[in-house]
Amino acid sequence: MLKPMLDRLQQVGHSGLGFVQAIGRSGLFMVQAIFGRPAAGGGGYGLLIKQLYAVGVLSLVIITVSGLFIGMVLGLQGYNILVRYGSEEAVGQMVALSLVRELGPVVTALLFAGRAGSALTAEIGLMKATEQLSSLEMIGVDPLKRIIAPRFWAGFISMPLLTLIFTMVGILGGAMVSVDWLGVYEGSFWSSMKDSVDFVSDVGDGIIKSLVFGAVVTWISVFQGYDATPTSEGISRATTRTVVYSSLAVLGLDFVLTAVMFGD
Amino acid sequence: MRMRTVEISVGAFMLAGILALLLLALKVSGLSLDSARQTYRIYAMFDNVGSLSPRAKVSMSGVTIGRVVSVTFDKRTYMARVDMDIDKNIDNIPVDSTAAIVTAGLLGEKFIGISVGGEVDFVQPEGRIEDTQSALILEDLIGKFLLNTVNSDSGATAGSGSADNF
Repeated sequence: MLKPMLDRLQQVGHSGLGFVQAIGRSGLFMVQAIFGRPAAGGGGYGLLIKQLYAVGVLSLVIITVSGLFIGMVLGLQGYNILVRYGSEEAVGQMVALSLVRELGPVVTALLFAGRAGSALTAEIGLMKATEQLSSLEMIGVDPLKRIIAPRFWAGFISMPLLTLIFTMVGILGGAMVSVDWLGVYEGSFWSSMKDSVDFVSDVGDGIIKSLVFGAVVTWISVFQGYDATPTSEGISRATTRTVVYSSLAVLGLDFVLTAVMFGD
Repeated sequence: MRMRTVEISVGAFMLAGILALLLLALKVSGLSLDSARQTYRIYAMFDNVGSLSPRAKVSMSGVTIGRVVSVTFDKRTYMARVDMDIDKNIDNIPVDSTAAIVTAGLLGEKFIGISVGGEVDFVQPEGRIEDTQSALILEDLIGKFLLNTVNSDSGATAGSGSADNF
């Protein structure tokens, strides 16, 4: 009677401890990666550039294309609703505010997790499985500094830039649909936008959001790769976990950040 | 050679990001580089500001000449105090001008429209526009309108004595 209950209790305790250990491990891991300068001398800069290329430049296509389409859809939907109330001039304001405050940072982070985060996890996981990480350690190079730190910083730097590009392309897409196609007067499209968007409190908060998302998504990606079971199955699981955890973290954090920034 | 293309594309990426930030600042949020300091502050007291909010525009003859900075309640006079920043080069608003709270369209944003007066003295920085006109509250108007309709309806059916049933 008592023994199965104790067994159950032990299971709960075991998973709880495992969870806390994982958090502690990833925290320590990240602190070491952030403060670890990537390899001494000029090597560090080159490593960062390479990662910026892999993480940032290669994500540009998906970011611009989805930004354009999201902006166009917002313009179309906004116009169809606003034209009923005779205030279709406000479509610029609607497109700009929703992109700058919410959709820009969030959708970019979700796409980034799918495009760059999963690649980071798979790459690091495979390095671990083929024992490249332990060979690095063997020849006296800290893999945290050589492999993890440049990837983390590249993600952290790329995310706000990608978000800004996404937002701007989206607004241009919205302008294209509502001004050029649906015939909203161009002057009031841009001026209603200027009247309602504030640089510090709207664009600035969007940038803060994207910085937070950048740090969180890249953190999850590199940690999942580093912590993956070094088998092919383990890597596939770690990649899936990266996308799932990143998306959930982004959406959850977005609510918290929005509540702090705009919820007064 | 390979590293060179990588570096060039990263540089282009960074430039694109900065360009997007500049466009967002100048074209979307209307941040202009020198408008911040070239304004002066005036205020006006209103009976009712409706839903006027900070950053609403202040316009004269339909042209935006400034922004509302803050809307506060004045404890002493039981009125709403609206502070606004006016462009420095519009320094000739006559003191007897009227500041009215108007609405853009039927459901649009509220903003302040200033109609020019005829005095030769101008409103000074930190000065006050004395003559004001409160916001038109749509609900009040509808309420009055409905009341009138009810009154005239019952007046028509009851023949007389419409004044006592409201």
